Amino acid sequence: MAVSRDDVRHVAALARIGVAEAQLDALVTELSGILAHMEVLVQVDTTAGAADEPAGMPLAADEPGSVPLARAREDGAPKMRDGFFLVPRLATHDDGERSA
Amino acid sequence: MTASLLAGAAAGIAAAVQAGTATAVALVAESFRRGREVNAGRDGLNAFVSSDEDLSRALAASAPCGGPLAGVPVAIKDNIATTHLTTSCGSKMLQGYVSPFEATAARKLREAGAVLIGKTTMDEFGMGSSTEHCAFGPAKNPIDPTRVPGGSSGGSAVAVAAGICPIALGSETGGSVRQPAAFCGIVGVKPTYGRVSRFGLVAFASSLDHVGVFGRTVDDAALALEVIAGPDTAHDATSAVRESPALRHVARDLEAMIIGLPREYFPASLSAEMRDRCDRAIAALRARGAEIRQVSLPNTALAIPAYYIIAPAECAANLARFDGVRYGLRVDSDGLVGMYEATRSGGFGAEVTRRILLGTYVLSAGYYDAYYRKAMQVRERIRQDFAAVFASGVHALFTPTTPTPAFRFGERSDPYAMYQSDIFTVTANLAELPAMSLPIGRVAGLPVGGQVIAPKFAEADMFRVAYALEAELGQAAHR
Amino acid sequence: MSHGRYEMVVGLEVHVQLRTRTKVFCRCSTHFGDPPNQNTCPVCLALPGALPVLNGRAVEFAVRSGLALGCAIRERSVFARKNYFYPDLPKGYQISQFEMPLCAHGSVALASGRTIGITRIHMEEDAGKSVHDRFAGYTAIDLNRSGVPLIEIVSEPELSSSAEAGAYLRAVREILLYAGVSDCSMEEGSLRVDANVSARRHGEQALRTRTEIKNLNSFSNVERALEIEFARHCAVHDAGGAVAQQTMLYDADRNSVRPARSKEASHDYRYFPDPDLPPLVLSRAYIEDIRATLPEFPSARRARYRSDFAVSAVEADLLTAEPSLGDYFEVVARGSGDSKAAAHWVMGEVLAARHAAGVGTGILVPAEELAELIRMVKAGAVSNTAAKTIYATLVAEGGAARLIAERDGLLLVGDETSLRGWVDDVFKENPDEAARFIGGERRLQGVLIGLVMKKSQGSADPQKLSQLIGERVGR
Repeated sequence: MAVSRDDVRHVAALARIGVAEAQLDALVTELSGILAHMEVLVQVDTTAGAADEPAGMPLAADEPGSVPLARAREDGAPKMRDGFFLVPRLATHDDGERSA
Repeated sequence: MTASLLAGAAAGIAAAVQAGTATAVALVAESFRRGREVNAGRDGLNAFVSSDEDLSRALAASAPCGGPLAGVPVAIKDNIATTHLTTSCGSKMLQGYVSPFEATAARKLREAGAVLIGKTTMDEFGMGSSTEHCAFGPAKNPIDPTRVPGGSSGGSAVAVAAGICPIALGSETGGSVRQPAAFCGIVGVKPTYGRVSRFGLVAFASSLDHVGVFGRTVDDAALALEVIAGPDTAHDATSAVRESPALRHVARDLEAMIIGLPREYFPASLSAEMRDRCDRAIAALRARGAEIRQVSLPNTALAIPAYYIIAPAECAANLARFDGVRYGLRVDSDGLVGMYEATRSGGFGAEVTRRILLGTYVLSAGYYDAYYRKAMQVRERIRQDFAAVFASGVHALFTPTTPTPAFRFGERSDPYAMYQSDIFTVTANLAELPAMSLPIGRVAGLPVGGQVIAPKFAEADMFRVAYALEAELGQAAHR
Repeated sequence: MSHGRYEMVVGLEVHVQLRTRTKVFCRCSTHFGDPPNQNTCPVCLALPGALPVLNGRAVEFAVRSGLALGCAIRERSVFARKNYFYPDLPKGYQISQFEMPLCAHGSVALASGRTIGITRIHMEEDAGKSVHDRFAGYTAIDLNRSGVPLIEIVSEPELSSSAEAGAYLRAVREILLYAGVSDCSMEEGSLRVDANVSARRHGEQALRTRTEIKNLNSFSNVERALEIEFARHCAVHDAGGAVAQQTMLYDADRNSVRPARSKEASHDYRYFPDPDLPPLVLSRAYIEDIRATLPEFPSARRARYRSDFAVSAVEADLLTAEPSLGDYFEVVARGSGDSKAAAHWVMGEVLAARHAAGVGTGILVPAEELAELIRMVKAGAVSNTAAKTIYATLVAEGGAARLIAERDGLLLVGDETSLRGWVDDVFKENPDEAARFIGGERRLQGVLIGLVMKKSQGSADPQKLSQLIGERVGR
């Protein structure tokens, strides 16, 4: 199944990766080529049995004791002030609004 | 004296340091001397992203000298978190990043007395089979520097193969320890999924990622794996609740062992020379008393397609945290979304970008069932193929590790052609089985590896086969 | 109004913070109000190489919540990644549950008699906080809240009015308070509501397009916002148009509902099971053990109070407003043998004192002590007025009611000598009133009694006093 330029633009936006128009065609070719090899999966009948159940979820006690940090959060943070991480102010911001 | 010690077994180094006849400081100095020899100049092997001799000397001076790896210099792949040196994952996104916490596997090595001598070159975020996708330049194969060392753990394989250190840590998602081990003529081990904690291993594809070990010999690899294995359920919910396996004192013969040869791993396309090396290895197994049996893993051809759906899907989510907000690269642009897009396009290389886009696509609305859900079902069938063979009485499988020896730089430019080099290794990641590669000879002067695959948590049986094969082949393994 | 042609259809999504000590996937403290990013670690900062490990108490509280809300608990549930980008979502995905949530098929009974279905309850992690106006040109991110455990409670779209929506929310809050799993405070953000509303003609079976309203920070705001948005839907339908599916925001200052300025029309969350977390498998025994520790819930308690303690419906509501108040009332009622007086005291003095001291649900006076005080009033040992004074002293100093009464001279004085002495003093000090009273102005009796009570600091036995004063008339 081939992907289109629109498909690539769409997933690049979903993945928040900037893709220049000039790169689109190469990506379309590459991704379509890779996906073509995956088509073989479509023909496989997978109605067979269920997996072995893994051992199950280990649960932690509700006691403080997180992994300590060997250096301050400020080290290596692109931008911090007064203990907050700073990012450019959201352009589409409304109080209470999230992307979700 | 120190030079010959460094060229020998890791167990021998530890014994000497424990006995006081050698020091960690001297061994580190020798390691760096050797490193300068091979990494310098235009033909330098470029095994390391970061290393610091003063730091390593200080670490050596304060390292405990009673542990099973006392004084042993070790190299660690740059996607395994250490609080010294970088954890760059071979990417501009994390160039110069110093982790504020230590991976469990790295901590266990350190507590056993090992001394960190460098963080190694790798394909960016583990995505690649050659280290050509490292943002800081590729590592080179010590046997032939015009060829790749394999990937993604190429730098770690080079460090061991070039004699800089006897043991190194790597990581595997589709064969990234076994394949470079085969290309560089050393031993590389991928344990059972969950055997070694993933805490501190920068995630690429969570259900396929493993910390693995390199050694010059089977015994070196066994020693390293014994040290880093063990439960870590406080930090890794997928960690198996199994004590570290005893690997080094297994029997050296293969009496009453049945070793299977899956026909799908010996295709007609295998070169005559490769087939010859495999046949010689199989004869060696027989000589040690193993019964050889033809078996089949019918869904093998589906492994690469399934892998290249599942791994990119998980990687797309795992790499979403690289957003320029809390650490790593930030490229300012127009507003928040602009910052995200400029940071991520500036930080990620072409292969990583390709896989994130592919992964995002296969998970997106309308495609999830056709691709991701289907690939997970195929994965289950591959698991069942192995389970059926092992249930029939086979103790371990033997296959070539790779279809060919190391290729030249630039030779595999088509992404899918590159993916095909993982064809014999990805199945063990998909099925969560322990698998390892050891040298079985040379083809056109280049090393090739034989692979042993065992059932889940049967590392002891796997190492039994490897020890026997290594001993029986002797020096022929390097011819 | 055109609304008469349409009925409101509402579904509510309630997010509740579980009051564990540590976060759901790491052992950072959940303590509120600490300096920004103080309570963070590699896991909730999403540093490269960090992995989630599930908090067992969060599971327990989530199961408790599901059982309290009448749900079936799935023995095998699965965590899933909900993928989207936002600066206070450090991993770029939220660990939640999608196809296999922990709880399903619950219900909440409202006082009106209607039962509202709960579709599902699932566990998830909270995101951090984004502060938009602290630094010009920047949004400031605090990840202390990132990773706090939440449950999301999704109701069936069975609520049919704004008042009913309010009643549902109050009922859910009350039940979860009783279950002890959360502080359930909208003001503090431990309870958040998103409302989905649509309109359809009466009798119409199918559901029309709904809109989602966010930024609701009180139950009454929920009710107001639903009315406004429902009216808008009706108007759109009347005009022959179609309601566009979108997210709306409630503006409390303007009491208005307007579309959120979001670039993405809908979100593709690309859910898939989280490979870092095995399926959560709970045994029947584990679930039943939790069920056995559930408290008596409000509606059952209210019914029991009305039958066993003969309190009215209104009184029952007040006494069960939160669990510790009812517990307290019962001890006082049984100890004093007078449930009416106990109810009166608890709803009056006890609540007032708590409020004044700012102790929330704290206990200021042991229930046994209040019971003794009421017994003393019933036995005539102290007057009601004196009892209030004693109570205030118990709040301020602690101690025992009887000892305080003795020490402060508040025991009712019934002996004639003391009483006569006070009456004589009051009559002497107020000759005018005394003369007029003796002369027959009976209505001055109250005034004179009041003066004697004052002189005796409330300790004169009012009945005996009344009798003695009455005898003076005509003398």
